[in-house]
Amino acid sequence: MRQRSLIALTAALAAGSLTLTACGSRDDDSSNGSGGGDKTTVVIGIDAPLTGDLSALGLGMRNSAELAVKTANKEEYVKGIEFELEPLDDQAQPSVGQQNAQKFISDKDVLGVVGPLNSSVSQQMQKPFNDAGLVQVSPANTGTELTQGDGWKTGDSVRQFDTFFRTATTDEIQGAFAAEYLYTKAGKKKVYLIDDQKTYGAGLAASFKTNFTKLGGKIVGSDHINPEDRDFNAVVAKIKSTGAEALYYGGEYPAAAPLSQQLKDSGQSIPLMGGDGIYSAEFPKLNKKAEGDLATSVGKPVEQLPSAKEFIANYKAENFEDAYEAYGGLTYDATWSIIEAVKLAVDGNDGKVPTDGRKAVLDAMSKVKFDGVTGTISFDEFGDTTNTLMTAYKVKSNAWSPEYSASPKVD
Amino acid sequence: MNELPQQLANGLILGAMYGLIAIGYTMVYGIVQLINFAHGEIFMVGGFGALTVFLILPDGFALGAAIPLMILGGVIVSVAFATAAERFAYRPLRGAPRLAPLITAIGLSIVLQQIVWMWYPEAKKDRSFPRFQGEPIDFLGATIQRGDLFVIIAAPLCMLALGLFVSKTRSGRGMQATAQDPDTAKLMGVNTDRIIVMAFAIGAAFAAIAAVAYGLKNGQVGFRMGFLMGLKAFTAAVLGGIGNIYGAMLGGIVLGVAEALATGYIANVPGMDLFGGGAWKDVWAFALLILVLLFRPQGLLGERVADRA
Repeated sequence: MRQRSLIALTAALAAGSLTLTACGSRDDDSSNGSGGGDKTTVVIGIDAPLTGDLSALGLGMRNSAELAVKTANKEEYVKGIEFELEPLDDQAQPSVGQQNAQKFISDKDVLGVVGPLNSSVSQQMQKPFNDAGLVQVSPANTGTELTQGDGWKTGDSVRQFDTFFRTATTDEIQGAFAAEYLYTKAGKKKVYLIDDQKTYGAGLAASFKTNFTKLGGKIVGSDHINPEDRDFNAVVAKIKSTGAEALYYGGEYPAAAPLSQQLKDSGQSIPLMGGDGIYSAEFPKLNKKAEGDLATSVGKPVEQLPSAKEFIANYKAENFEDAYEAYGGLTYDATWSIIEAVKLAVDGNDGKVPTDGRKAVLDAMSKVKFDGVTGTISFDEFGDTTNTLMTAYKVKSNAWSPEYSASPKVD
Repeated sequence: MNELPQQLANGLILGAMYGLIAIGYTMVYGIVQLINFAHGEIFMVGGFGALTVFLILPDGFALGAAIPLMILGGVIVSVAFATAAERFAYRPLRGAPRLAPLITAIGLSIVLQQIVWMWYPEAKKDRSFPRFQGEPIDFLGATIQRGDLFVIIAAPLCMLALGLFVSKTRSGRGMQATAQDPDTAKLMGVNTDRIIVMAFAIGAAFAAIAAVAYGLKNGQVGFRMGFLMGLKAFTAAVLGGIGNIYGAMLGGIVLGVAEALATGYIANVPGMDLFGGGAWKDVWAFALLILVLLFRPQGLLGERVADRA
């Protein structure tokens, strides 16, 4: 008897811990705005990893989306509409993301979804959303093929899904910018290439490689790592004999920080360069030898944009437990683009949500244009952002500092 | 330039860490035939225990002087969690079918991860861990980091202490007796409950020392770190012969060196460049495990015993 109750207890504990972390505030009875008089409720979904080792980025995304929704409600940006945010946790796993997509689709009040963080998750969400005609705006997916298909490398770009948009720039643009910066501005001609084999990391590394060799640079060696690992000494020892002048890493900061540190520890004073996945305040915090490391990220540095200053101040005022992290601004803009599209749809329908709200919002997406946190936001014929301004950052006295901004030309 | 000494040193250091964690798997298995899958998390909480001690200490406290206190803090936290797990999760299931405690261990592992994720301040991302300043040391063509010296010194000392404990002390002999036949040991007056708690506690203490080594080496600890390290350490325990403490350390070192060499050299073998490098190192390590188990199913140092299952 006692044994049975203990098994039950352990099971209950395990189940409890899973549900606890699965993030609360999931109101299923969102069909009517509760306190807003005659207001109609429009639900915007957000899908991000709210648990797991990417939860820091994911929680920053959720909070930023919440901030956008709150701001719109406070300003009564769309008259007669009360926005509501529904966050779902994908645990950075494609299968969970797909389940979440179905959940959003089945809720008729959801007119748009922000997210996810991971390109691999996005690949599983795009089709269900497309079939349901539900707008998806990702603030973080950079895989070029997500919008333009596998033909983009040969110039045969074909739009994949009419419902997919993003405020993040593509790997193609980021890789080209990184290659140009490293080759021309930083004067590094020999580079060692490492990626973490995920959709984002491998895509970025591939794009960097193509553009860097096109410029005349040389890839002196390449390797792949497991992003769960924290000991890269064996890989680092291999770089030594290749005479590389820099290490380019396609992946995210949790693995990039120890990789860079172990690289410097081994006596090689060459910089590590990465994309927006390592452009996080955590990177120089975790990595005591980050000095001189490089990263590229979308938009201008937040300090140089007045709109971003406002975002940062508002974010602070909300007293969120977690920082907005790398994708906060882009998530805010992604959420706002849906709000903007809802406004266009509602304004075109005498101030009411059209009967086919999802279609109206989707049709309005191509007309959306506004000044967001990261710059002017609008979408091109593939659903990609037209804001291709990129900035290269360098770690100086333990913080990222902007070095150079440009819009790379891609041919 | 020759990178072999460097790769051997990398493998040895990593392997010694695997070995320290593997002790916990092997001791618990040797005595109660339980694969304690929550052991990776016991390792993880030890790291956070040590970090907490460091954060409590006043600023400017020398890291060298803080290390003993950090070890103590880590050991206390790990042992507390491990003995509590034994008392409240495993002991009530002692007579139950094998699968029940195994599943309990997996559940416990998730619970421990989530506890740290939720309640330890800022533990949702990796937390930085103090590291030794100063230049690395060159030794026979290999560069060894200051932080790595810790595991190089700690691992042999721990093994020596454990070896002496098991063979010379009364409790140690009780442990051997319980491992051989718990019922007979009980009849002979050995307090088997106490011995089992002791096995969990020693394993946890070793895991905490490994966690301090991990923190000093990588400069960070995170709530997820126990999963992969635990899996590797379990592999090391099986490779060395589960139930044998020296086998655990040997298995760890063999595994660590195999990983380092696979990363460094497989790609240089003609025609194998697709199967080399950091991404394939685990594949080669596990291929080695399978190979060893094919020829020596009991592991490198394991004794051939009839399975009591």
